[in-house]
Amino acid sequence: MKILVCISHVPDTTSKINFTDGDTKFDTNGVQYVINPNDEFGLTRAMWFKEKQGASVDVVNVGGIETEPTLRKALAIGADAAIRVDAEAKDGFAVAKELAKVVIDGGYDLVIAGRESIDYNGGMVPGMLSGLTGANFVTNCISLEIDGNNAKAIREIDGGKETVNTSLPLVIGGQKGLVEESDLRIPNMRGIMMARKKPLNIVEPAGANADTIANSFEKPAPKGAVKLVDADNIDELINLLHNEAKVI
Amino acid sequence: MSVLVYTESENGKLKKAALECVSYAKAIADEMGTSVTAVAINANDADTLGNYGASKVLNVKNDALNSFNAKQYAAVIEQAAKQEGAKVAVLSSSADSKYLAPLLAVGLEAGYVSNVVEKPSSLAPFIVKRTAFTNKAFANTEISTDVKLIGLSNNSFGLIESEGSASVEDFSPLVIDSGVSVDSVDKAVGKVTIADADVVVSGGRGLKGPENWGLIENLAEVLGAATACSKPVSDLGWRSHGEHVGQTGKPVATNLYIAIGISGAIQHLAGISASKVKVVINTDPEAPFFKAADYGIVGDAFEVIPVLTEKLKAFKAQNA
Repeated sequence: MKILVCISHVPDTTSKINFTDGDTKFDTNGVQYVINPNDEFGLTRAMWFKEKQGASVDVVNVGGIETEPTLRKALAIGADAAIRVDAEAKDGFAVAKELAKVVIDGGYDLVIAGRESIDYNGGMVPGMLSGLTGANFVTNCISLEIDGNNAKAIREIDGGKETVNTSLPLVIGGQKGLVEESDLRIPNMRGIMMARKKPLNIVEPAGANADTIANSFEKPAPKGAVKLVDADNIDELINLLHNEAKVI
Repeated sequence: MSVLVYTESENGKLKKAALECVSYAKAIADEMGTSVTAVAINANDADTLGNYGASKVLNVKNDALNSFNAKQYAAVIEQAAKQEGAKVAVLSSSADSKYLAPLLAVGLEAGYVSNVVEKPSSLAPFIVKRTAFTNKAFANTEISTDVKLIGLSNNSFGLIESEGSASVEDFSPLVIDSGVSVDSVDKAVGKVTIADADVVVSGGRGLKGPENWGLIENLAEVLGAATACSKPVSDLGWRSHGEHVGQTGKPVATNLYIAIGISGAIQHLAGISASKVKVVINTDPEAPFFKAADYGIVGDAFEVIPVLTEKLKAFKAQNA
């Protein structure tokens, strides 16, 4: 089984979000980048398929040279090879089109991406990848088993979960649950050394156009101070929620 | 040329988010000088969509579509959009709508923008405001494709009633092979979900253990609220992943969010910041959540919550 894990290079969850150039660009100053958490759950599940079922695992990212440390980290965790599509990730559809070419050229059976990236939260790349390649698709996936050509997956739905049967080729939109937080692997020194020798192939982009462009950014208006209510005066809280906030 | 809207239903009944999407589509259609066509799949109350601004409903009744399937549903909406020559299509941010939207975008070759929170600020160029960086910012995004697909953030636009009625037409699209079949569904019956709730009551590690969740559930019941939890609580296995809200969990965009025993990590606050009114109850006055909340009580949840629950029960009984 050939697995491709899509890796998005995103600001760490604790990053301060600021913009530059007249609020048209994300300010990368001082920002630490990580593997998108939803992708990391998928990568860790892919390691299980590699170790238990003999799968090969490649990772891919669409981005500039600055994203290579993130791909190297994925190699240090245990992926066999990395691919970087040398293009700026401008929007989800363009990224999906670039990835679709990689998936088709590489003949991958299973593609695991995060259900969404934690920066732009588009939540569209895995679905579009399925639409573009014709592979089956399960998103918000919290459990995945593969047996030969068949797959059993559990996806989170609003208010519960759903177990589905499907088959390869398959695209998964993964999230926490594919593996637990405690299953995530911190690369050790041996992994980091080996990652340096693993192939990181740079491929030319297909040249997909971006159709949705963020022209400018805004930050939410600053919030007023909290109104504190005394713990012995619950009636006052109910009064405020009813008469002032009008939410009950 | 009309604005097409997918109106999601559950057990034959239209969801509130569907009515919000119709209200939103109507606002766009008015500016474009056109009308709203809704597509409903196995809904029994499709005729009510006129109350929110739909002029026409393409009403699909087909047992093969009884259980949700992203690929099949996307193909149905695609056929409706093509039949109507729709240039703008709108759907909600429910788990199912977000599942099918990217497939629909590919089918329609449409630029898709999700988590949209406002009416377009301009039609030419077509610019919508969406959340980004998990609610830490907004991005004004231009869609340059001929057909535009908008995923509306739940509870961002509101329901706007409209005078008029919709003509309901039978619509019999081709149902394609699904590739994914449902084996079983595990869903609490009669429980409000985080996505649909007007009020969410959420518990953190301050509750000390899963055996104390009765406090959260009782308060939620009085308020007709959904229950949620912080990331540590789900990581510890006290509550299911499905209740975890925050940056790597579910987003919450509700009218009232009550956080009990949650300190307010930046990732949690990002995930819930689209909620309109936030209340925090925590023993630690230094907890970061107090900076993000509208109302706060510094106090012990084990003392405050039972009193709050009883008083709200009395309040609800009086104001029923």
